[in-house]
Amino acid sequence: MITPLDDFLAATVRTATPLALAALGECITERSGVINIGLEGAIICGAFGATIAAGAVAATAGAPLGLTAGFVIGAAAGAAIALLFALFTVWWRADQIITGTAITLFSLGLTGLLYKTVYGATGVGLTLPTLNASAIPGLSALPVIGRALFAQPVITYALYLFVPWLAWWFARTHAGLALRATGESPDAALAAGISPRRVQLLATVAGGTLAGLAGATLVLAQSGTFVEGMSAGKGFIAIAIVVLGRWSPRGVAAAALLFGGASALQYLFQSLGWTGVPYQLFLALPYVLTLLVLARASARSRAPAALARRELTLS
Amino acid sequence: MAAPTAPAERPAALALRGVTKRFGDVVALDTVALEVRAGTVHALLGENGAGKSTLMRVAFGLLTPDAGSITLAGVSCSPPFTPRDAMARGLGMVHQHFSLVAAMTVAENVALGATGRYEATRVADTVRAIGERTGLVLDPAARIADLPVSAQQRCEIVKALARDVRVLILDEPTAVLAPDEAQALLRWVRTFADADPSHAVVIITHKLRDALAVADDITVLRRGVRVATGPAAQFTEASLAEAMLGPGERSAQVDAEVRAPRDRMSAAPHAATPHARDGTDTTSAAVLSAHDVVVRDTDGITRVRNASFTVHAGEIVGLAAVEGSGQHALLRAVAGLLPVTGGQLQTPADVAFVPEDRHRDALLLDASLTENLALRDAGRRSGHLPWRALADRTTSLLTARDVRAAGATAIARTLSGGNQQKFVLARALDEAPSALIVENPTRGLDFRATAAVHDALRAARDAGLAVLVYSSDLDEVLVLADRVLALHDGVVHEVPREREAVGRAMLGVWSDASMTHADRATPTHTPSPGAST
Amino acid sequence: MSVSSQAPWMGAVQRLALLVGGTVLTLVVLLLLTGHDPAIALRALVRGAVGSWYALTSATLVRAIPLALTGLCVALAFRAGLLNIGAEGQLLMGAAAGTAVLTALGASLGAFALPLALLSGVIAGAAWAGVAALLRQRFGVLEVISTIMLNFVALYTVGWLVRGPLQEPTGIYPQSASLPKAVQLPLLWTGTRLHVGLVLAVLFAVGLWWWQGRTASGFRLRAVGQNPHAAATIGRIDVARVSVLAFLASGALAGLAGTVELTGVTFALYENLSPGYGYTAIAVALLARLHPLGVLGTAVLFGALQAGGNAMQRDAAVPIALVNVVEALLILLVIAGDRLGAARRATA
Repeated sequence: MITPLDDFLAATVRTATPLALAALGECITERSGVINIGLEGAIICGAFGATIAAGAVAATAGAPLGLTAGFVIGAAAGAAIALLFALFTVWWRADQIITGTAITLFSLGLTGLLYKTVYGATGVGLTLPTLNASAIPGLSALPVIGRALFAQPVITYALYLFVPWLAWWFARTHAGLALRATGESPDAALAAGISPRRVQLLATVAGGTLAGLAGATLVLAQSGTFVEGMSAGKGFIAIAIVVLGRWSPRGVAAAALLFGGASALQYLFQSLGWTGVPYQLFLALPYVLTLLVLARASARSRAPAALARRELTLS
Repeated sequence: MAAPTAPAERPAALALRGVTKRFGDVVALDTVALEVRAGTVHALLGENGAGKSTLMRVAFGLLTPDAGSITLAGVSCSPPFTPRDAMARGLGMVHQHFSLVAAMTVAENVALGATGRYEATRVADTVRAIGERTGLVLDPAARIADLPVSAQQRCEIVKALARDVRVLILDEPTAVLAPDEAQALLRWVRTFADADPSHAVVIITHKLRDALAVADDITVLRRGVRVATGPAAQFTEASLAEAMLGPGERSAQVDAEVRAPRDRMSAAPHAATPHARDGTDTTSAAVLSAHDVVVRDTDGITRVRNASFTVHAGEIVGLAAVEGSGQHALLRAVAGLLPVTGGQLQTPADVAFVPEDRHRDALLLDASLTENLALRDAGRRSGHLPWRALADRTTSLLTARDVRAAGATAIARTLSGGNQQKFVLARALDEAPSALIVENPTRGLDFRATAAVHDALRAARDAGLAVLVYSSDLDEVLVLADRVLALHDGVVHEVPREREAVGRAMLGVWSDASMTHADRATPTHTPSPGAST
Repeated sequence: MSVSSQAPWMGAVQRLALLVGGTVLTLVVLLLLTGHDPAIALRALVRGAVGSWYALTSATLVRAIPLALTGLCVALAFRAGLLNIGAEGQLLMGAAAGTAVLTALGASLGAFALPLALLSGVIAGAAWAGVAALLRQRFGVLEVISTIMLNFVALYTVGWLVRGPLQEPTGIYPQSASLPKAVQLPLLWTGTRLHVGLVLAVLFAVGLWWWQGRTASGFRLRAVGQNPHAAATIGRIDVARVSVLAFLASGALAGLAGTVELTGVTFALYENLSPGYGYTAIAVALLARLHPLGVLGTAVLFGALQAGGNAMQRDAAVPIALVNVVEALLILLVIAGDRLGAARRATA
């Protein structure tokens, strides 16, 4: 029997998935010393790219190919925006925060513009393939957590594999060491034969790719359509998740679950019949939670030492 | 000093020919040649800004020369030549600063830069093996941030050794070490060079004495040009000094090295050869006075555990310490920028402070010199700012202190390092403060700017200020100070103005006779040089 | 920025010309890329922005007023080294506070109603910014993130207010009751929509310019923004205090913008009260190089752009989002120009 708790947990994991994807991407980026405030832009571009690709390909070649195309192009769109951001900040060493803000505004405007241009002023007739949940036989029948963890779209399962792999990659490969060194001390990385610029560029694009996947997930696995501004601040929430998760993949995943739960609370309350609370409170809850989380976590944060630093060499 | 019997036909371990490097209009290196014979220790001498570090950064692949060639063991290194290529060819470099990741462990730092999987246990074994073989012992799991400076330097060397380095470049290796530690390092350098015919060491330094003590060959650079080279035996202190500075020029620092052992007792200041005064005029008032002072830094860690000392009007008190002993916190507490958490500290209201990092802590780089002047004590001003008057005062300041700048409207960033420092010092002295505290006042400056700063400090002392000077360069402290304080592990002791005594005190070794203010019950301890901590 | 021998105002005119040129160029490129006829679209834009006295006053300048005030908000914050991206939320809270005061006390306050409403907006905007300032000071929270979060919270707060406590009497529409004429800002010219908010904007711009450049406290703010370490070490400035006060003042300006919009243009509170003024303000401030008087100029430019954008949408079927893209591109172009200029200077 499916209880409201089951629904709530399932919704938590479902909502947490795009947040985790974007946050893991930002985690990689920030570990290299770059803070990508344009993450929000990468998500919305990923969402729009996925919309266009999935819609176009599915119309001619069917849903599965359409979905694949959607995720691939979504990831690519996120990567492209991150590349633009990297051009300004990694290559030209512009201020990361102002540039990131501009990139986000640009992406929001661009996707809105292109959406109106392609689909017309009324956004008529968008039919997109949907990535439905695929229950894992056996595991999905487990009590309480079965549906929540094992009856999700495959993109969530990909996360289950990705998180431990990323943690291993950070700690047990030289590439991971090089990434962490660049974020702590680009001078040290340089002296060890690493190119900090190259590392930061790759890390930023990787982050954007994951953010693009997050955007694609929003469209193809959740809402089923594109709405202007549908990223709704998730990029910034993802940045807060990275802080709360202490820049470690497992911590980030756990923090993403927390935020997923906060977003899903409104469904729980609805199904429990608690309708007295204005729904704006639930809408605002993730953002308020972000503030509280940042307040608690930032004071003892162990951010990469060279995060957001403009000069690559001090000597 | 061993003279190697390297066969003449063995190719040079490292040879640079015709190296030229420009930074914009500035010619940092002008067709410089350097030949490091196999099995030798080669000292590369020159004052700050002569181009020594630049030349070695070219050799290591960190910089691309505009002209010239690099040859390692007879094999030419063709561009593009990166640090990775250099390390693969057996070239290793130990930098002066900034090349270890503080948050990572020794093992991770040693492993940094390789490819593929990182096997922590294998690297740890390597670190331990190197420790046994060479005496450079380190705990692979220790975090760099927790290690003292000498251990951090050891880690840099181990890192190079782990890559089978054959030619090792050391950039100002003794700058951050206490004298005993420096001696231990130089002994190790000799051992390394002798260990294998293909080994060689290049020591970049501005310390004549170190060069003559350990090197087989010496090359001197001056203003980007090679002015002298040859076996160390053919040089004397005087000839090296002349080569470094040019004929007829003297530097206060070089002077100290050459003359100080013989010359401590002169009292009167002399225009051409500056001296420090011996002893203090104890009848003048104590302007700065500390008694059992305890200071915590902004993270809440206690950095100064017990500081008791006085600085009187009309004297220069020098503070000698190895990096990380608490001097940063102590100076700032005396300057009134950090609160004192224990003991009593008496300072006048108008203490002037010249911090070590002028770009970060003393200047608004993108503002005019007038605005930079207005910055001083801006927190205490109110109402209108009299810009016209400030501009006039800036202009007169520039002329009076010989600061080369386009004028009061010049942007601070456009001044040279030396002129920036002269300006910062002039600004500090502008309102005739009662006390002046300076931290590493000549860092990165060439000898002329250094001499100007030293003259300004002495003039301030003669005008009756109480001056407290910290320098990580012990010789600078000795040449300037009337009295010397040594700071070790957060505790201050007054010590005689002798190189050995101060050097030992910097490492925590002091005899009963030198304890003037500290509690005599405090036990002394003698760490053995080179031991890991 | 290069040191030139010409008078500073001439440099400003040159910059403005470059900006306008850049704007037109970006517009044309985007129009072509999205399949619109640039000639038709631009004609509609120019007509909508400056094509008539009415357009100039009631479309362009009316929009320039909140842009100028929020632009000053952002410029002041950025000058102090604070990345206040929350002008949008602070503006909304200002409008909400003004609405609350007028709804609750409007009748009883008589002639004081309007000034008090404006004051309440100032306080509300400052308080909203104060949340971010506190988080930054006490907990080290990046103000970029906190202010953006607060923007969302402000939006939802207004959404709740206009469906709840402040909803208009019939309870049908998600907006507040309309403000009576007595508490609307007087007009500068009859027959237009241009209200005295323009005077406020100009006064604040001039005041800020004078204060920043001539007073010790203004200098302290600039010093902290340029280099907080040197400000503390050499200037012995209380950096924390200066930062918090600057943040509050910044929020106050945005809050004022909100109440001015409420009492001068919209005459009611609703969720879409601001078409993104708080975000456009970033472009307004950056393109004016954070100079208060320059902000007046760029605010007019962007006001024209938005007014013209509306006309373009109406008459040439060009989505208004195109103007948002232009604004963001202009910021990127300014950043790129700065970096390339710096690179050229470094190798010169």
